[in-house]
Amino acid sequence: MEILSFVYFGGAILLSALMVVIFKNPLYSAMSLLSMFAHVAGLYVILEAEFLAGVQLLVYAGAILVLYIFVVMLLNVQTQGRVLQKQAPVVFGAAVVAAVEVAFLISRSHFYPELPPVPQPGVPPLGNTEMIGMVLYTKYLFPFEIASLVLLIALVGAIVMAKGKLKFR
Amino acid sequence: MVPLSWYVGLSSALFLVGLVGVLVRRNTLVVLLCIEIMLNAVNVNFVAFSKYQHVIDAQILVFFVITVAAAEVAIGLGIIISLFRLKGSVNIDDFNILKL
Repeated sequence: MEILSFVYFGGAILLSALMVVIFKNPLYSAMSLLSMFAHVAGLYVILEAEFLAGVQLLVYAGAILVLYIFVVMLLNVQTQGRVLQKQAPVVFGAAVVAAVEVAFLISRSHFYPELPPVPQPGVPPLGNTEMIGMVLYTKYLFPFEIASLVLLIALVGAIVMAKGKLKFR
Repeated sequence: MVPLSWYVGLSSALFLVGLVGVLVRRNTLVVLLCIEIMLNAVNVNFVAFSKYQHVIDAQILVFFVITVAAAEVAIGLGIIISLFRLKGSVNIDDFNILKL
């Protein structure tokens, strides 16, 4: 059952990622990226990361993609001329070489032949969200604050850049 | 149970697709979308290792990656809008104004 759902979600993720690259219209690319985000959230559910699945749907599919589609429709650029750049054949060749190399590496390496045991089996496990909250607000409190600062700077920077001519006094 | 190497294979294939998209496409908006694909490939890898090693810290890292992705999208789209105002195009080979 788990293998079946992995094959479904993985196949859908790869297919929609390929569609993002292949489609000529950027709006269609954004729509297939939406499908990819939804299937990645499904993969997170299989991997028992339910909180991240929710965050993935809310932040990626809900906020980031809406911003993209808004800008695509605002600019309303008609695709004309070439879709690909001049160096595309070289990149495709290098990508095939890299794919063969990575496939060889993965087939020859052993990832944890024996999985590590679950730590403290006697303790009743917390839920996924509770665990993340416990660790995020104790061990990773300082990076969490830095992340809020990064978001604030991005907010100010985006407004300043998109506003155009600013008059400094 | 799905072996861990399948997840690593899926994630590297996804990363490769995103990388090819960044290097190949001419539209800057699609290039930004392909960067999102690469970030998602890394996230899948993090979550898979987090489950198989019973470590929750990797999921926190995914949380921070999502934060950085949101910031990157806001900044990137701001740059694209102001470049479109300047040049009237979103093709990446029209943007050579830093060149001497």
